[in-house]
Amino acid sequence: MAPESQPMFDTDEIVLNMGPQHPSTHGVLRVVLRLDGERVVGSDVVIGYLHRGIEKLCENRDWTQIVLLTDRMDYVAAATNNVGYCQTVEKLMSIEVPRRARYLRTIMCELQRIASHCLWLGTHAMDIGAMTVFLYAFRERELILDLFEEYCGARLTYNSMRIGGLPLDIPPGWDKKVLAFCDIMDTKLVEYEQLLTHNRIWLERTKGVGVISAEEAVAIGLSGPPLRGSGVKHDIRKDEPYAAYDEMQFEVPVGEAGDTYDRYLVRIEEFRQSVKIIRQAIEGLPEGPITGKVPRLIKPPAGETYHAIESPKGELGYFIAADGKSTAPYRFRVRPPSFCNLQALPRLIQGHLVADVVALIGSVDVVLGEVDR
Amino acid sequence: MIDAIVLPLLKILVVLNAVLVGVTFMVLLERKVIAWAQARLGPMRVGPYGMLQPIADVLKLMVKEDITPAKADKWVFTAAPMIALIPALIVFAVVPFGPEVSIFGRRVTLAITDLNVGLLYVVSVTSIGVYGIILAGWASNSKFPLLASLRASAQLISYEVAVTMILVSMVVSAGTLSMAGIIDAQYQQGVWYAFAQPLAFVVFFIGGLAETNRAPFDMPEAEQELTGGFHTEYSGMRFALFFLAEYANMIVVSCVATTLFLGGWLQPFPNVSALSFLGFVPGWMWFLGKTFVFLYVFLWIRATLPRYRYDQLMRIGWKVLIPLGIANVVVSAVLKVLL
Amino acid sequence: MTSGLITFYAVGALIVVFALLVVTSRNTVHSILYLVADFLAVALLYATMNSMFVATIQILVYAGGIVVLYLFVVMLVKQKSESELASDPRRRNVIGGILVAAVLGELVVLGVSNAISPAAPSVNAPGGVENVAMALFTDYLIPFEVVSILLLVAMVGAIILARREI
Repeated sequence: MAPESQPMFDTDEIVLNMGPQHPSTHGVLRVVLRLDGERVVGSDVVIGYLHRGIEKLCENRDWTQIVLLTDRMDYVAAATNNVGYCQTVEKLMSIEVPRRARYLRTIMCELQRIASHCLWLGTHAMDIGAMTVFLYAFRERELILDLFEEYCGARLTYNSMRIGGLPLDIPPGWDKKVLAFCDIMDTKLVEYEQLLTHNRIWLERTKGVGVISAEEAVAIGLSGPPLRGSGVKHDIRKDEPYAAYDEMQFEVPVGEAGDTYDRYLVRIEEFRQSVKIIRQAIEGLPEGPITGKVPRLIKPPAGETYHAIESPKGELGYFIAADGKSTAPYRFRVRPPSFCNLQALPRLIQGHLVADVVALIGSVDVVLGEVDR
Repeated sequence: MIDAIVLPLLKILVVLNAVLVGVTFMVLLERKVIAWAQARLGPMRVGPYGMLQPIADVLKLMVKEDITPAKADKWVFTAAPMIALIPALIVFAVVPFGPEVSIFGRRVTLAITDLNVGLLYVVSVTSIGVYGIILAGWASNSKFPLLASLRASAQLISYEVAVTMILVSMVVSAGTLSMAGIIDAQYQQGVWYAFAQPLAFVVFFIGGLAETNRAPFDMPEAEQELTGGFHTEYSGMRFALFFLAEYANMIVVSCVATTLFLGGWLQPFPNVSALSFLGFVPGWMWFLGKTFVFLYVFLWIRATLPRYRYDQLMRIGWKVLIPLGIANVVVSAVLKVLL
Repeated sequence: MTSGLITFYAVGALIVVFALLVVTSRNTVHSILYLVADFLAVALLYATMNSMFVATIQILVYAGGIVVLYLFVVMLVKQKSESELASDPRRRNVIGGILVAAVLGELVVLGVSNAISPAAPSVNAPGGVENVAMALFTDYLIPFEVVSILLLVAMVGAIILARREI
């Protein structure tokens, strides 16, 4: 729009376009805001800029090839997507995954949870102005990426799971390195909390911002930390355990007020719980095979199934329909947590100031790869 | 003739050069300090440990293409950065860098001049600097820079009130508006005003942070919000001038804070004869050292704290700092009369 | 022609030139900028007359405060373009002519009365801090307080007028 033709005070609302290229929308997200002065009176979230047709592509790939497509959805925590997909197919084909593989999958998922939360913390803090936390969080994320690079050779998109288990066993000494990382992470968490949790400016920017009640959260279909931040104690790892989670002791942090500050606290506590789970899993890591009995040609029987796991962003679900005849799924559908959580964004930013919009996008923690697929 | 014309011109030359070079190296200092706080090294390639980085930056900015928006007001667009920078430089005319020294047998005061209303001069000249920001936003002929510049200037004039209140209480304590006089008063009273008036010190520093649009009060120029704020449309040397103006303002606030609160060029404990060996270090070195401490704290705060939202920022200025400033004036005046 | 007189005429010329630019410039923002320059020149005049205090106050209050707010208003309110202004040139000329005549008449009266009985110049430094302060708080105390209350009333009134009912 030509700014000079817009009279400044003739109407009360101005339309502000944030993105798709914007330093704070965490990807190619476009939010069109209708502002009254500085207050948001309405908004429109436009997605689809990162749509690559993954679901359709999967209909032409065989079951093992799909694993590397799932990496590209939530590219911040790629191994989680792999695990979710493989488990769904294993459910469809009733394949039993050996214990060692389940433990290793747990370890990988929790490492990814820490990596994803590191990225969330860094970008969320940087949007609110605390630049230093960004560098600190990425320093820890680099350690995790190094661990994964040692395991499977890649830093971001791992292709690290197969139907029935894992393709590779962990290299020798890897578990000691993971334990050393856990020790480092514990000390660094103290640093992050010192910088933010009781900082008056942080509190003023996040307390009371973007409040969503428990009933609303359930009604909108939120999952993950946004849901738990509003007081609903729902975590798929506890309610419908998968991998080795039924053998792990951990707590599920739940918030009270449903504002940005509670979502922040929930995720910080999830850091700690993830470290706890990883330690238990490494110490209890059983010996054994890393792949179950899987036929050479993977051809699930005709049928459909839905399986969900708790990814760092929320409930990541896969719906797969196989027709029993071809080596590709008939329908491959993903329930991405970011997509469903993003639906809450217009409701969250209603009535807030423009500066809060950025904080709220960070608080919902979306990754556009998963929203658009 | 020499005293009236040549000496002041020489002083102006020296101070201007020092300030401009200082401002350029502030850019490097900021990047280095923030980098070290963030567990990284900062610029390292140009020159040893990146020391020549500012020269590279200046050269780059000078050879950049000079873009003026299509319907922008050419003269105002060009003048705005100058209007932002010039007041910041003029203020140094009253800053006392050191006591009277002998150079080549001549008594020379290490200050360009000493107005008897020096402090008031500082305040009035910095209030002209607001025009640079307003005009920059307007001259860009685009909605976002205009809104950002209005917000930035509203922030500046709000905090000007709080800072002026503090300056008034310092004037009450010292009994004079002249900068050299205030240093003298701290010498006579034997205490740096940072200790005699700690509240004023804190309020002044916070106000100084807000006046210079530095974190945590830098919402108007936060890149994440309105894409660069009031200097969005500026590129090349004009953009550099805005940056230099911001750093020059920081140095001004630091120099004024040093003069008012840390005793200027006085050594620590000037009245204690046991510590008079500290007089070995010349006054201007003490002054620069103290100014540097303030500048470092500016950078440290930027690396550490998140930023305030604009309405919270204005609330702090109007509802917290101004009442505190007024209370400080009243209490200082009462104590001055009673004691 | 002493140097003092030369400075006075030079600064005076600056003031007049800027004032003319204020009223003849077509662009409102340019007008305001010339007004700022005009006020700065007036401050310069005060400075040459040894009244540094009044000069700095002139800059601080007029150039640095009041005109900034003029600028805000001008920028935020859509200006009528030239064609929408009063399209009746005769009315414009008549009103303008009356106002100019009034101002010129006042100047003439002042000049004549000053020539008949010139005012005695002040004895001490007219604009020094101490003198102004003494005058404000002794001779002119009541007007000072009244003006403060007036400003307070103006501020409260502006806030009430501008505030929107939520």
